[in-house]
Amino acid sequence: MSGLAVDGASVGFDGTTVLDDIDLTVTPGEVVVLLGPSGCGKTTLLRAVAGLEPTVAGTISWGGEDLAGVPPHERGFGLMFQEQVLFPHRDVAGNVGFGLRMAGMPEVLRAERVGRVLDLVGLSGYGQRSVATLSGGEAQRVALARSLAPGPRLLMLDEPLGSLDRALRDRLVDELGLLLRRLGQAAIHVTHDHDEAFALADRIAVMADGRIAGIGTPAEVWADPGTAAVARSIGHRNLVELDADGACPLGRLGAGPGTVLVRGDRLELSDGGTPARVAGVAFRNGRTEVTVRVGDVELHLFADRPVARGDTVGLHIADDAVVGLDGS
Amino acid sequence: MVAVLLPAAFLGVFFLYPVAAIVARGLTGEGLDRLVGLPASASFRSVAWFTLWQAVVSTVLTVLVALPGAHLLARYRFRGRAVLRALTTVPFVLPTVVVGSAFAALFDRFGLDDGAFRLQHTVWAVIAAHVFFNVAVVLRTVGAFWEGLDPAVEEQARVLGAGPWRTFWSVTLPRLWPAVAAAASIVFLFCTTSFGVILILGGPTRATLETEIWRHAVWRGDLASATALAVVQLVAVVAMVVVANRLQLRRAIGGRPSARRPQRPTKRLLGANLALLATVLLLPVAVLVERSLAVGDGYSLRHYGALADRVNLLPVSALVALRNSLLFAVVATALALVVGGLASLVVVHGRGSVSRIFDLGLMLPLGVSAVTLGFGMLIALDDPPLDLRTSRWLVPVAHALVGIPFVMRTLVPTLRSIDDRLREAAAVLGASPTRVFREIDLPIAGRAVAVGAAFAFAISLGEFGATSFLPRQPDRMTAPLALFRLLGTPGDLLQGQAMALAVLMMLLTAACVLVIESRGRFGSGVVRGDL
Repeated sequence: MSGLAVDGASVGFDGTTVLDDIDLTVTPGEVVVLLGPSGCGKTTLLRAVAGLEPTVAGTISWGGEDLAGVPPHERGFGLMFQEQVLFPHRDVAGNVGFGLRMAGMPEVLRAERVGRVLDLVGLSGYGQRSVATLSGGEAQRVALARSLAPGPRLLMLDEPLGSLDRALRDRLVDELGLLLRRLGQAAIHVTHDHDEAFALADRIAVMADGRIAGIGTPAEVWADPGTAAVARSIGHRNLVELDADGACPLGRLGAGPGTVLVRGDRLELSDGGTPARVAGVAFRNGRTEVTVRVGDVELHLFADRPVARGDTVGLHIADDAVVGLDGS
Repeated sequence: MVAVLLPAAFLGVFFLYPVAAIVARGLTGEGLDRLVGLPASASFRSVAWFTLWQAVVSTVLTVLVALPGAHLLARYRFRGRAVLRALTTVPFVLPTVVVGSAFAALFDRFGLDDGAFRLQHTVWAVIAAHVFFNVAVVLRTVGAFWEGLDPAVEEQARVLGAGPWRTFWSVTLPRLWPAVAAAASIVFLFCTTSFGVILILGGPTRATLETEIWRHAVWRGDLASATALAVVQLVAVVAMVVVANRLQLRRAIGGRPSARRPQRPTKRLLGANLALLATVLLLPVAVLVERSLAVGDGYSLRHYGALADRVNLLPVSALVALRNSLLFAVVATALALVVGGLASLVVVHGRGSVSRIFDLGLMLPLGVSAVTLGFGMLIALDDPPLDLRTSRWLVPVAHALVGIPFVMRTLVPTLRSIDDRLREAAAVLGASPTRVFREIDLPIAGRAVAVGAAFAFAISLGEFGATSFLPRQPDRMTAPLALFRLLGTPGDLLQGQAMALAVLMMLLTAACVLVIESRGRFGSGVVRGDL
């Protein structure tokens, strides 16, 4: 097995379990995104892989070699923290070159490499700048450059864009995705933002309460989230409760009681179909998002025709729109 | 292990043992008889009362004088702000004997040392000097806290219809209160343990607990009475330290500065503030310099030249005394840095209880007055196996003890403020644990080390209270003792020399402030304010 393998890893502090029986692999060149709400254990998982947090059970290995007992500075992984923790007493080049210096790279080669990595993150010529003078976005780029410079076998990014404003964040997500692919860099990226997750991931692992609740390619996870919790955390909003006969105001959607997902991207307004009432209209990213109500069920979908609040419309539910879920 | 044992041994031998000696003598035999007799003694009651009320008045006046300045420094940006901050800090590190000299010069210059408006040798002289000394403490502590308060709350009050004064009383002051209380408790502690100022400016009839201990021990050789008083002082000071610690502000180091554009002060606000601070802080210093240059009706450097000559009053020339002080200061600073540095590492990285014991133990010398410390060393370190009466190390050791809390107060917060994730980031980038210490802790704390060293140096240079108890070694007399002797002897020439020596000592300590101010910025902007 090449790359990272986390096998049944658990982490606990003072009797409480923070990570519970985690299985995760990252193959070389692959970008895996850990998605989940704050407090679900994402950061702890990264820290455990980096060797900063001891595990109480399970193994973490790289290329088949067990990493237990290998201290952080000998793992050859990179970790970029949530908030920029640049070394305040060193300039930009001193920060970026830190890992290279630790590895004993000669000064001349180091300067050259630092220059190249700074080019890569779009900060050419920033080497002599003091880190105190950087803007939030610049500081994050320097932190990224610092993690990338030593060429880590695995790069871990802990909500690196969390503290930035939306527009800057969207831009950096795109840049980061391109950069990781260009370098063929294996990475684990942590976020609570499902848009960010879908934009970056080769595979998404959805975390909840210290466990991995679902894992797969973005398309797989989107089409079949498996559980209601995962469905919610990746951005699905149309979860519908069924009664004992599997029925709801939309009709009979299942064989028995439970929750189903009605995929918004498989719903259409049509002239026939189920009658529904328009409860809200919002303009989002150039498209009109409509909230319709059928009985007490509320559904969100994108409209391809102009509608207004209070209109009665027809709703066409495609055959593959309804996905069964476990739990509520 | 060395980090734990060395500071513990140093503190044990040179601080705890002497203090224990005071307590042991004060609670047995003759000492106990005197202690029991104290409450009934009218002279003790008047001394205790005077100690208390002069400290209360000094503290209140200090806060009143400093608050406008704190407001100016906290809420406004103007050219020369950094210089103003630095200048207002100088008085705090000035040697007490120099402050005494400055006020003596002030009274002499304006004829207040005699006649109808006599200030010399009155309680008002003492109080004025205490205000001069401690304005910086309030300015710093309250100013730094004030700067961290979000002005949006005041703006909200203004929008809701409160006038500027109303806003100050009902919104700003209540929020500021923790900082004011913390600063006031420290100033009160300093004023009750004030020694040199009272001795020089209060005159023979004004006595506080501190000066009484000294008078009994050094002047009258009545060790039993001195120990009884020292026990009272010890108990009172420990109680005050406990209260001061309770009021100690717990706030984040390097809090985010307010995002809004800094305001410029109006001319009137700036002018009124500068005038107030100049009167209280600058005038005594300016007059001191003027007096040191005044010879007959003109000005010359004659008094400075005379410092090289030995006068009958002193065993060595004033210049030699100054050289002695500088040598002692170098040794004391080195001792304070080594012991305080190791102890700081234990406080920050040690396990819970060890860390707490060190934190408290090495801060104690700050609370227990220098006089108690000197007296304890006097009575404890004169018998075998620890007969250090003739050791040239005694003075620097005593100075180092006074300096250690200052070293720790600058180092500990800085070491604590180093985000653990900085160390983790370095580790992930390939730095081994020892490498992490060398690459992260050491360089970041380096500036704090410089600040702590500057404090220890300035304190040693001006240390008077403890030194005045230690056995005399005539050829190793320190500058503050020489200055005290000169100041206490009438005669224009000797007074002129005293002023010149005071100016030289002031310049040396001001240089230390320069180091503190230029280095103290980084990551520890409020470090000084906590003192």
